[in-house]
Amino acid sequence: MMDLPLQGLVVLEFSQYLSGPSAGLRLADLGARVIKIERPKAGDAGRKLAIKNLWVDDSSLLFHTINRNKESFTANLKDAKDLATVKKLITKADVLIHNFRPGVMQKTGLDYDAVKEINPRLIYAEISGYGKEGPWKNRPGQDLLLQSMTGLAYTTGNGMNGPVPFGVAIADILSGAQLVQGILAALIRRQKKGIGALIEISLAESLLDFQFELLTTYYTSNQQPIRSHNSNGHPLLSAPYGIYQTADGYIALAMMDIRILAEAIDCTLLYKFSSEQAFAERDEIKAILAEHLCSEMTSHWLDSLQRAGLWAMEVFDWEKMMTHEAYQCLQMEQVLDARGKKIITTRCPIRINGERLHSDKPAPVLGEHNEKVMREIVRSEM
Amino acid sequence: MNLLKDILVIDFSQFLSGPSASLRLADMGAQVIKIERPGAGDICRQLYVSDVVIEGESTIFHAINRNKQSYAADLKDAGDLQKVKRLLAKADVMMHNFRPGVMERIGLDYETVKVINPTIIYAEISGYGCEGPWQDLPGQDLLLQAASGLTWLSNNNNESPTPMGVAVVDIMAGTHVAQGILATLYKRGITGEGALVQVSMFESILDFQFEVLTCYYNDGNQLPVRSAINSGHAYVAAPYGIYKTKDGYIALAMTNILLLADLLQCVSLKQFTDSNDWFNKRDEIKEILADHLITNTAVYWLPLLEKADIWCAPVMNYDKLKKEEGYRVLNMEITVKTSNGLSVKTTRCPIRVDGKLLISSKGAPVLGEDNEKIEKQFDLIKEFSPVIKS
Repeated sequence: MMDLPLQGLVVLEFSQYLSGPSAGLRLADLGARVIKIERPKAGDAGRKLAIKNLWVDDSSLLFHTINRNKESFTANLKDAKDLATVKKLITKADVLIHNFRPGVMQKTGLDYDAVKEINPRLIYAEISGYGKEGPWKNRPGQDLLLQSMTGLAYTTGNGMNGPVPFGVAIADILSGAQLVQGILAALIRRQKKGIGALIEISLAESLLDFQFELLTTYYTSNQQPIRSHNSNGHPLLSAPYGIYQTADGYIALAMMDIRILAEAIDCTLLYKFSSEQAFAERDEIKAILAEHLCSEMTSHWLDSLQRAGLWAMEVFDWEKMMTHEAYQCLQMEQVLDARGKKIITTRCPIRINGERLHSDKPAPVLGEHNEKVMREIVRSEM
Repeated sequence: MNLLKDILVIDFSQFLSGPSASLRLADMGAQVIKIERPGAGDICRQLYVSDVVIEGESTIFHAINRNKQSYAADLKDAGDLQKVKRLLAKADVMMHNFRPGVMERIGLDYETVKVINPTIIYAEISGYGCEGPWQDLPGQDLLLQAASGLTWLSNNNNESPTPMGVAVVDIMAGTHVAQGILATLYKRGITGEGALVQVSMFESILDFQFEVLTCYYNDGNQLPVRSAINSGHAYVAAPYGIYKTKDGYIALAMTNILLLADLLQCVSLKQFTDSNDWFNKRDEIKEILADHLITNTAVYWLPLLEKADIWCAPVMNYDKLKKEEGYRVLNMEITVKTSNGLSVKTTRCPIRVDGKLLISSKGAPVLGEDNEKIEKQFDLIKEFSPVIKS
């Protein structure tokens, strides 16, 4: 195994739930030593947040998924002695991440201005819900709520549906990913200039950035994006872009010339439409397509479409996907041993020098590394 | 402030995945040069959306490629290729998102480029990786959503598989490649070594689903079941979802159902005393809630819930959002100018550094507009020597 790129870096994670911890996870997979600083007894609130009622031990499977490859150090930040220890830890850290609401770190005396004094080389990274100013700054920074506030829920689903949120925590994951970018870029500057940095991200700004194509088009046209009546794949795109039912499943059709499509699938009703009409007339085109495509099996259509060089794909569920060689050859799964309990999860998606990045280190028990961190970092003379 | 000052990125990528990564690098201070085919350039220039066009080019091209330079070069022309190689010799990062094999044919694969520049970070995005039966399939966002099971996670259970209406695969792959580039640049600062960074859209969108895929791997492979109504997340208990009121929609995240029953005075919810039922009987709970919330307005319900610090929010479209003070204070809108005088309003980089916004007023380049400047800056002409045919 090669030396991972972030080997030797110490990251302190004062974060809970998903946004901050997903950033910590990526840094850990890239080689950093990530230490979760948790409240004694309870720890990261994410330990008690289960989805589908799935638990591993005292902590949920969700917590184990997000916090593998990390260490845990407990400290009561309201206790002077613990706080002094944490500050000592901070003087020896490279990166600090938190996702508390604005003001919380000030109250504990661990805001950037205070921490900069004790470690001017520190990269201090924080995620908020809506930034630190304005009427929304104290609103809870929760994923579904951010999707709802930023217009995102009107991009998905069909025109006749109400707003449809993404069924994955997009705001959390994206803000975590962008925070990592900011942290790494700041570490590069530190290498050259010797200075630390404050990196800030909010879930709101992340989701607005995510919609940059839609928003730029909206700023230009002042026209609210409209989802097509059926088979909406993207509110800005022409027919056929979307998913259609076939005789035995579903098929996805991306951007393509309507004329070539009509020929490839032998759909005479489509011949009257030109490419120029493919956006304005998309509801009608999509309705014709939906009617036509449900008559034959997916494999039949895929053959015809791929022969014509058109962009189409069968819609898979995980069961079918996982039996496919195209999934298996990625070796995306890895196994963790959580103190006798086997957990299968995904690995880091980035490959470096042709190698996949694996780690079998499970999520920590609360306070599991207190002694180790005291010995190796706090009391060490490094 | 410019975190990536003096970092030179040569970007051969098209459409969105690669270009979204180089946009972020540009915003953080790198010099990003798009290498484009003479005549047509990045295919995205002609990818019109929603029938909205800015000066003959698509709005999304302008959004994705602001703050970059354009160098037009025909990679099949030996002279052009040699100039590009000279440029690569001075670059810190090279990126592309061609299908597997294309860069090998051109002669700009990692093994070749590494000889020209051993410390370069060479980054590539593919659709499905460089192995396996799907490696030659087009790496297109919707198709990857379809292939990866993602479309079974959004919308209600009686609806067809529903893709996410934003190019989430492109954008996630872009963030991952940027992370890989930056991490290996950091390491290069210590060891002096270059690196190959590879991301596939397939692996990126699987990673995006890591929470729910891990459930699937460990729960005996039970496929996700979206809730029948008001679905927000296939794996999350009631009330998680969006609800219609008399005057618009509200969103409710994870919340104690009994507390909700009290605050909303919804007596029928009080029977759900076992919190396990909030997941197991979520359709029943959601139906009761939906019937209750429709009886009054969002402005009536929201303050009742907010007072108790319940996770809730109004659901807004862009028209509504744009009028909100909370949106305005983010200063998310910027206006960029192209070299031919065109102003385009778009969004800025979401990252703040040392308390400052990262703002650049440079618009997307006209195809090849920086050829002369780049040839001068990097001495591409002076050093140019006749090509020796082998």
